[in-house]
Amino acid sequence: MFVYFIKRSLVALLVAITVSIVSFLLLHLSGDLAQSLAGPSASAADVAQVRKAYGLDRPIAIQYLDWAGKAIRGDFGDSLFLKQPVFPIIAERLPVTMMLGISALVIALFVSIPLGIAAALRPNSWIDRLALTISVFGQALPSFWFGLLLMMLFGVTLRWLPVSGTGGWEYYVMPAITLSYYSIPTFMRLTRAGMMEVLASDYIRTARAKGLRSMTVLFKHALRNAIIPLVAVAAVQLGFALGGSIVIESVFSLHGVGYLGWESISRADFPVVQAIVLILACFYIVLTLLADMLNALLDPRIRVR
Amino acid sequence: MFRTTAAITCMAALGVGLWTAPGFANKANDTLRVAWDQQIDNADAYFNTNREGIILARMVWDQLIDRDPETFQYKPALATAWRWVDDLTLEFDLRQGVKFQDGQPFDAEDVVYTLNFVSNPANKVLNTTNVGWIKNAEKIDQYKVRIHLKAPFPAALEYLAGPIPIYPHVYYAKVGPDGMGRHPVGSGPYKVESLEPGKSITLVKNTDYWNDSPKGKPKIGKIVVTFPPEKTTQLAELLSGGLDWIWYVPTDQVKNLEKVKGLTVTSGETMRVGYIYFDAAGRSGKSPLQDVRVRQAIAHAINRPEFTKTFFASTANVLKGPCFPTQFGCYQGAKQYDYNLAKAKELMKEAGYPDGFSTTLYAFRQPPSWEDALAGYMRQIGIQASIQLLQYPAFRNKNHEGVTPISFGDWGSYSINDASAILGNFFTGSADDFSGDKELQGWVQDADTNSDPKKREELYKKAIDRIMDRMYWLPMNSYAVYYAHTNELNFTPYKDEIPRYYLYSWK
Repeated sequence: MFVYFIKRSLVALLVAITVSIVSFLLLHLSGDLAQSLAGPSASAADVAQVRKAYGLDRPIAIQYLDWAGKAIRGDFGDSLFLKQPVFPIIAERLPVTMMLGISALVIALFVSIPLGIAAALRPNSWIDRLALTISVFGQALPSFWFGLLLMMLFGVTLRWLPVSGTGGWEYYVMPAITLSYYSIPTFMRLTRAGMMEVLASDYIRTARAKGLRSMTVLFKHALRNAIIPLVAVAAVQLGFALGGSIVIESVFSLHGVGYLGWESISRADFPVVQAIVLILACFYIVLTLLADMLNALLDPRIRVR
Repeated sequence: MFRTTAAITCMAALGVGLWTAPGFANKANDTLRVAWDQQIDNADAYFNTNREGIILARMVWDQLIDRDPETFQYKPALATAWRWVDDLTLEFDLRQGVKFQDGQPFDAEDVVYTLNFVSNPANKVLNTTNVGWIKNAEKIDQYKVRIHLKAPFPAALEYLAGPIPIYPHVYYAKVGPDGMGRHPVGSGPYKVESLEPGKSITLVKNTDYWNDSPKGKPKIGKIVVTFPPEKTTQLAELLSGGLDWIWYVPTDQVKNLEKVKGLTVTSGETMRVGYIYFDAAGRSGKSPLQDVRVRQAIAHAINRPEFTKTFFASTANVLKGPCFPTQFGCYQGAKQYDYNLAKAKELMKEAGYPDGFSTTLYAFRQPPSWEDALAGYMRQIGIQASIQLLQYPAFRNKNHEGVTPISFGDWGSYSINDASAILGNFFTGSADDFSGDKELQGWVQDADTNSDPKKREELYKKAIDRIMDRMYWLPMNSYAVYYAHTNELNFTPYKDEIPRYYLYSWK
């Protein structure tokens, strides 16, 4: 078990290092940083001075090691647009994105697990068809479109919820539902397939033969095994949700990391983009690692594979 | 990319009939909520270059002179009188009894400190055109100053009546541009209550605003500015009553909005002009665009009347020159390029590009459908243009880095009613100059600095003739902005594209 964890951690670390290298290289390939830092009215001499002052005239490998060393300590440099250190800007907005991502995950699980179970219990029934319809729509509708529909219905027509902005819980409802809608089909299909497979297995037949109550069989014996794949996928989906928040946050003007990323890309604020890419990638890597570990704990067979 | 499509389809799908009138427009709590499209890099008016920065500056600070938004006449503001001492010296009598929002009294020190600071190249203000003509300012006595010019600059009063706000010198010396950007302090009709970069700006009425200001006492208690990035979101906010005022409403949404009870849609032509800028100098590398025939071919391939009619209100006009017609020196008789595909193809063939070529079209602010249309026109003569739609600061940086072969942009001249505000920016060898034409640069520089109006007109005519003849810049059309707002607001649009919130009131 310990060896498995060490192996997985090393792989995660390697992925994080690769992401940091790629994001650093992308930053340097996308334009002259010295020119951006010096500002639009800088002369060639000013730009050369900035290049020297910021160490941009050094070999790129040295620059990377310097940047990575600082990044480990939380120093991602200054935003070119806001002229402030990057990390506090991101740290201020991270809770918004986390709140959005976690809310979306909770909503997605809350909707998809009962629906998946119901669909598995009554294959080809109306509830199964309803689940299938939700699943198809969830995958077919672009998330920004679904968000706009919600906005028009709940924000404009019914006026139950604020259309955009950042504030209390009510500002998260529509964005979280929109974001969750992307994950629901995956969770629902996994739950349905898992439940159907488990319900057909011998130990469930044995449990039923012993005369256990059907609810006990369903929730105590079947569900635990059926949702194991969900753990890994849920972690991955949370990672996707954090990245996917770029579109949702900009549609709803929710001032999270996604919105900041969108703004920073559009105004070529490279240090912020680079830090966001790295931070979100690290979240994704850590979540995947945690999911692997949790799965290994839940299902001992995984550890020996 | 999805903004306009989403807006159209969303509104079409739901139908106007579903919408109800805005129910909680904020007249009740005296708060006007407005949406701006562009965020401001730094609220210090000398360290941002976008329109929203100009609007904010008018509210927070005052100028020496005020220009009447309707008549373009100059009116006394922080200066009560002014005179040209000679071609290189302007003298101002200053107003007494004005106080800044931090309680400091206004006098000559403030004018001198501000103008000397912003005109010093070491301080690197962004709008060098606005202040580059100032040599220095000199205090004559506590309420009299002189401004010395580097060279004759006839448009000086236009600039002093526009993008040159006066700062409190004690505060500015202490906090600098960074501090002023975070916590602006001025003498204007509104005070900045809070400023969260990228999120919102809250302004409150300056209850101690000085008497006799041509701007008048502000009427609305509080103004909250937000920056929803999507036009669709802005529209939805307006419909739900979450916003009271938006602008740059897409033309295709106007008819729908006009049907909504409780909202008013207003339009008006503005001084802003659209343009296509060709890299004739080859700053972005060697390309077919350095051939005048290719540039002329593109000018002939773009159907400007159709483009204007499709995307703008009827008050917008196709332009005959690279400036706004009311601006001094904006000559209207230069060579014109009608929509003529056959001629365009012939020119491409002559230039050796019968099958066209590939390039990149850079743009900002405009809805993607506009760039799609322009790319479509160019495709007709074989030019495949991939579109790079950026936010303004990124667009400006790309231009200044010289990597843009073709740019589609717009320019509001900082609302200066003089051709120097546009030609002086794009054709004097600055980072925005892609003509590489030294002779042209000389003419424009001379015109910008000559004190003889007749001579200026002649020089601008020569310059405009050259620009149009060599097709360095294709003037597209004047802009006509659509504004949509709650009909509880008394609102008037102005040609200089500055919404003066301090003049507006609740009905």
